[in-house]
Amino acid sequence: MTEHTPAAAPHWLLGRITWDSIPMAHEPIVLYTFLATMLGGLAVVAALARFRLWGPLWKDWICSIDHKRIGIMYMVLGLVMFLRGFADAVMMRLQQSMAFGESMGYLPPHHYDQIFTAHGVIMIFFVAMPFVTGLMNYLVPLQIGARDVSFPFLNNFSFWMTAGGAVLVMLSLFLGEFSTAGWLALSNLGAQNPGVGLDYYIWGLQVAGVGTTLSGINLIVTIVKMRAPGMSLMKMPVFTWTALCTNALIVASFPVLTAALVLMSLDRYVGTNFFTNDLGGNAMLYVNLIWIWGHPEVYILVLPCFGIFSEVVATFSRKRLFGYTSMVYATVCITVLSYLVWLHHFFTMGSGATVNTFFGITTMIISIPTGAKIFNWLFTMYKGRIRFTVPMLWTVGFMCTFAIGGMTGVLLAVPPADFVLHNSLFLIAHFHNVIIGGVVFAVFAGINYWYPKAFGYRLDEFWGKCSFWFWLVGFWVAFTPLYILGLMGVTRRVSHFEDASLQIWFVIAAFGAALIALGIASFFIQLFVSYRRRDALRDVTGDPWDGRTLEWATSSPPPQYNFAFTPVAHEIDAWWDMKKHGYQRPLAGFQPIHMPANTGAGIVIAGLSTVFGFAMIWHMWPLAAASFAATVLASIIHTFNYQRDYHIPAAEVAATEAARTQQLAAAHV
Amino acid sequence: MSDTHALTTRAYHLAHEPHPENGTALGFWLYLMSDCLIFAALFATYGVLGRSYAGGPTGAELFDLPLVALNTAFLLLSSITFGFAMLQKQQNKVGGTLAWLAITGLFGLCFLGLELYEFHHLIHQGAGPQRSAFLSAFFTLVATHGLHVTFGLVWLVVLMVQIARHGLIHENQRRLMCLSMFWHFLDVVWIGVFTFVYLMGVL
Amino acid sequence: MSASHTPPHAHDAHHHGGHHHDAGPHSTLSGYMVGFVLSVILTAIPFWLVMGKVIADKGTLALVLGAFAVAQVLVHMVCFLHMNGKVEGGWTLLSTLFTVVFVAVGIAGTLWVMFHMNANMMPTHAPGHAHTPAAEQRAP
Repeated sequence: MTEHTPAAAPHWLLGRITWDSIPMAHEPIVLYTFLATMLGGLAVVAALARFRLWGPLWKDWICSIDHKRIGIMYMVLGLVMFLRGFADAVMMRLQQSMAFGESMGYLPPHHYDQIFTAHGVIMIFFVAMPFVTGLMNYLVPLQIGARDVSFPFLNNFSFWMTAGGAVLVMLSLFLGEFSTAGWLALSNLGAQNPGVGLDYYIWGLQVAGVGTTLSGINLIVTIVKMRAPGMSLMKMPVFTWTALCTNALIVASFPVLTAALVLMSLDRYVGTNFFTNDLGGNAMLYVNLIWIWGHPEVYILVLPCFGIFSEVVATFSRKRLFGYTSMVYATVCITVLSYLVWLHHFFTMGSGATVNTFFGITTMIISIPTGAKIFNWLFTMYKGRIRFTVPMLWTVGFMCTFAIGGMTGVLLAVPPADFVLHNSLFLIAHFHNVIIGGVVFAVFAGINYWYPKAFGYRLDEFWGKCSFWFWLVGFWVAFTPLYILGLMGVTRRVSHFEDASLQIWFVIAAFGAALIALGIASFFIQLFVSYRRRDALRDVTGDPWDGRTLEWATSSPPPQYNFAFTPVAHEIDAWWDMKKHGYQRPLAGFQPIHMPANTGAGIVIAGLSTVFGFAMIWHMWPLAAASFAATVLASIIHTFNYQRDYHIPAAEVAATEAARTQQLAAAHV
Repeated sequence: MSDTHALTTRAYHLAHEPHPENGTALGFWLYLMSDCLIFAALFATYGVLGRSYAGGPTGAELFDLPLVALNTAFLLLSSITFGFAMLQKQQNKVGGTLAWLAITGLFGLCFLGLELYEFHHLIHQGAGPQRSAFLSAFFTLVATHGLHVTFGLVWLVVLMVQIARHGLIHENQRRLMCLSMFWHFLDVVWIGVFTFVYLMGVL
Repeated sequence: MSASHTPPHAHDAHHHGGHHHDAGPHSTLSGYMVGFVLSVILTAIPFWLVMGKVIADKGTLALVLGAFAVAQVLVHMVCFLHMNGKVEGGWTLLSTLFTVVFVAVGIAGTLWVMFHMNANMMPTHAPGHAHTPAAEQRAP
């Protein structure tokens, strides 16, 4: 029984918002969440005011077009949304460990449906994508010896569009409700679910999607155009190669998501017949289009992670990455092949044996270049002088975990097997296996690896190791039962079961989730403890790990301009080469450096777009028209601003570099 | 342990700071490629749903090919007039550039006007986008192209104002280059539309 | 060994802005006229073929129309969009080829998948045939 009121006549200004749109009145969980969020939010606002941080926040962060600041903001967004997404996961584990037979658990089905939908949407679009985008944004210009990305303003705008999408999704908690249709909205299409939930979903993704697509274009052009002299494509760091391929995939696939969501929106707003059951519509066409986007999406998530592991493995084995060329070719192969496998997500939808066989084979083929990568990492480690720092632990954990997840994927690639396992908990276990083992582990490895570069001090090793072990054990304890349940035939997205013999598996899984929660807590403790101990953990050289790539040539954190003089690359692992040849930083002859200027236009235009999304969700037509016009107008006004850059004076550069020289001299005691 | 004898004296900085190449043209081209993919999804949708008439009117019954031919002519002419504007730009003639841009805009407006007339006529006949999946796909594909033309016209006007104000400075030349790519790209998409939607639609 | 070198040139961002980079490919009047004339021809013939009902077989006609469309797209790419392997270091050509491949895979794949799906999942509808109003009324 849903909470929808009978459709009242929409208000001319307020659309379909009514007092009943505020769910807190009848949902205690949401009420407590709202109170906690309000209190927390007020605390943050008060602290910002108390420490007079609003000015610097606006000037130095919100308006910043510096790729490093934007990268950090992406990571912060990802972390905040990670807490929300994990809360959803904990709620699901709890419900599923309790709700058997007579006991209905504590979550009504309608609420449960929103939770699993929100969990998926948030984890993919507002956690994994921001993390991956944030790391690429921070590192790619540094790794190629550039001072920023090709389109710094677009970079800022892209971030705020992503944040805008996140705002819309979070708003659904407190006003209206969220979609109940799963993270891809495969069911409840169009006119069949007229509530605001699906609209929150659509507009959240459309707003964020614009940001992601523009970011994709930005990073490709950056890598193509802004590499340091001497850095040919085959001398780029592997992480930059994976970034190039990932962003090519983004530009090639996100438009299809945009189109599919537009078609669904037209069905909902205009009454067209794309995915209806009558008048010629074909709901399966939506499934087809969305997975043409959906499969490249998961490779968008995982390819940069392969890049992170390549960097970490080489650094902590003190050896050049084995098989650089084959790594590059494998990455490009995966990029192209990822566009040829999408039907494996709906083998059971009825395209028949011929079609299924083709896509099953391509799916199996795509595991080969991935396997080649794993061998390359292992061969890099072989006879290397390995240091098991926290990033290296995450990497080894990834290799074990992801390999098994990949294998279950190959199992699912066999259509007859998939007919049994499609949409079972086996599938859930598989994709969590590869996403957690691949993406989450990589993000933690990357954070631990590059944190000193970004903030000037290393992260505490002990709490980092705690986090790793809780995550590794917790993941397996949480998801092995799901593999077993899936093989037994248990379906996904179910909030209540009749068969009590299944309960033990769900209880074990809940325990695993608790371990993961400890892992997350350890991570936040690590951040806190490291901050407290930052002087002891200080990185003064800029190269705490004896790294190999150019980002380690800068100070920690790097100056705004990254490099006082653009480096020249001669070999792969350009920084390692410089160290080998006794490179000395130039101490004189600094020139003014041309830099792009900060601007508030990004958040303004993104904010207006978000308001437009909100207005469309609630059918507030006057507001929609006004915000759309305002968005276009703000964009046009922005184009009339021709003065978007400035020069850092040579004296300032000299002073910054002199300070670094002093710091390095002190460290070389 | 590093090699203590310097292998060769390697230069790690250039004598003159390199200036990174401007990425606007490539960036805009990549945006056009992403736009191509949106249209590809819409063409694929039309390909799947294009014969789902749901008992309603078909392309053969609805499409007015002479009107489409006229519209195609408008768009093609606007492409060539934009080309003339670019030639004027190359000779640094602000007046000439603005004149040909204005003519391009007029052709664009004619195209849009005729298209709106066509839509109005179809809807009036009861062949609106809600009638069948075929008509949903038709209207969406053609209207998406039309919306792009509309945005192009808005951009054209804004750029004309900016050129009138600042002249053919570097930045404006870059923007003209981008709008030129956009405009020709729309003509390329229209080739697909008139071939696969209109001409094949009456078969 | 310190890299002692003469201080890098202070460069004026504006004049060095890379006039040679930014001007883009050079347009010529002849290029545009050739493109225009070819486009007119490649448009007129398909319209004539259809409106004049010149080719009887629909399959053949569809293929011919497709061929003319591809030809005209190429004309536009070369004459109006100045597409060649040298512009932007070959990256525009490379990205165009990628896009063409993805577009082809996406459209062909969708048509193949959906055609088979309709055939298997909607057995009362004969695949690929235009539905007549009478048939629609008979369908459940």
